[in-house]
Amino acid sequence: MAIHSTWSKDRYTQVGEAIAALYVKALKDMPPDVRNALTQAERRETVAVGRTVLGTIQRNIGVADQENLLICQDTGTPVYFVDIGEHSGVNPVPLERAIREGTERATVRHPLRSSVVSPITRKNDQTNTGYRVPVIHWEFVPGRDDVQIVIVPKGSGSENMTYFRMLLPADGVQGIKRFVVESVVGSGGNPCPPVIVGVGIGGSADLCMLLAKKAIIRACGEPNPDPEVQALEEELLAAINASGLGPMGLGGMTTALAVHVEYAATHISQNPVAVNIQCWAARRARLVIAPNGDITMGF
Amino acid sequence: MTEHLVTTPLTEDAVMELHAGDIVTITGHIFGLRDATLIRMFDQGEAIPSDLMGAVCLHTAPGVRKEGDHYVKVSIGTTTSTRMNRFTAGLLGKGVKAIAGKGGLLEDSTRLLAENHAVYLGLVGGTAASETMQIEDIEEVWWSDLMPECLWKFRVRDFGPLIVGIDAYGRNLYLETKAKALEATKRLRL
Repeated sequence: MAIHSTWSKDRYTQVGEAIAALYVKALKDMPPDVRNALTQAERRETVAVGRTVLGTIQRNIGVADQENLLICQDTGTPVYFVDIGEHSGVNPVPLERAIREGTERATVRHPLRSSVVSPITRKNDQTNTGYRVPVIHWEFVPGRDDVQIVIVPKGSGSENMTYFRMLLPADGVQGIKRFVVESVVGSGGNPCPPVIVGVGIGGSADLCMLLAKKAIIRACGEPNPDPEVQALEEELLAAINASGLGPMGLGGMTTALAVHVEYAATHISQNPVAVNIQCWAARRARLVIAPNGDITMGF
Repeated sequence: MTEHLVTTPLTEDAVMELHAGDIVTITGHIFGLRDATLIRMFDQGEAIPSDLMGAVCLHTAPGVRKEGDHYVKVSIGTTTSTRMNRFTAGLLGKGVKAIAGKGGLLEDSTRLLAENHAVYLGLVGGTAASETMQIEDIEEVWWSDLMPECLWKFRVRDFGPLIVGIDAYGRNLYLETKAKALEATKRLRL
């Protein structure tokens, strides 16, 4: 049986166009929550080199705004998180096609640097897409009637600093804390601190890593709704910043802008933890498609 | 934190003025290169199409637009240098006096830079908008089949700020800071 869709063909075309615009918006327009966190970090910073780095970051965001330029040259791996509302009436098959085509169109039209290659041949199709890329994660939301698409053009300086370990149940939450803090601090300046630290706890190995990635798309500093998890986020943030690694790993008070933790139930014999780091240039943009077809863009 | 305005090609005297933590701004020319460029130069041993004596080499893969035969800048920034740590000896052997990028280089490169009287200059990663404005023109592009990882020659004015991350006296600010930070982390009660 074919998937029933209430969307017209035109609507998928419009979404494809909107995706092309969304990718470029994400690369140029920093989310307000990240801007705010960076401003706070600059106000707090007392180390001279840290102040230089944070001041340079602020000027760069201003230049990108004024000159309509990309914040960072790394157009990233295009990663999408799609929330499908139960009553949205969308067919995910043509939606997936629209997301892919929109990504390619933005790359060719702007033009954007194509950062995506085959891992076997290293061939670059110059489209920012390839086999199984863009990366698209789907979630299904009971009761909702809209579709929401978040793009994270994931920079590689931070993505290369990704960590995963199957800890033992006997290592407990303490083992998780140590693994997270040592992973972030041990990354030095490579992931472009001050970073947002995404932490996945529990699940299976694959789910754990996905949770770490999902954690970085949360608005910077927005706490997990579970108070115990929120306390863990605060403790990890304080510990990471106590290291003094600082902006770009050159010393200072802010190594991380926020720590976001997401968790899932796990197996009795497992204690998985994943760390996915997002650079200070934590670019993301959101598309909301209302049931009447109206498309709005935000963060 | 002394501030220096330097012009290219870099002289040995100019390099020896620079100390870890100082701030540098460059006017002149910068060569852009990255993983694939360095693999072609040193692993595949192809002849380098330009003289690199006194050069500043930047770890980058720019976004560009082609207009006729000319490449026009879209977004030019920097990438993580540690990935290309093993090519330091090769570059210094060609007369390069400064390697620029982000994230720093490792112990062996620190020693090589000191032995060859050269420095590592750290940009603030992710600040491509500013850097794109400071690059006046793309003057040459070699090995365009590696797009975007070609060998690039940029003309720059007041390019920076760059932070002297590794000086020619053997100081590596990245490794020093990271070692201290890891030490502080070990002492934490978690």
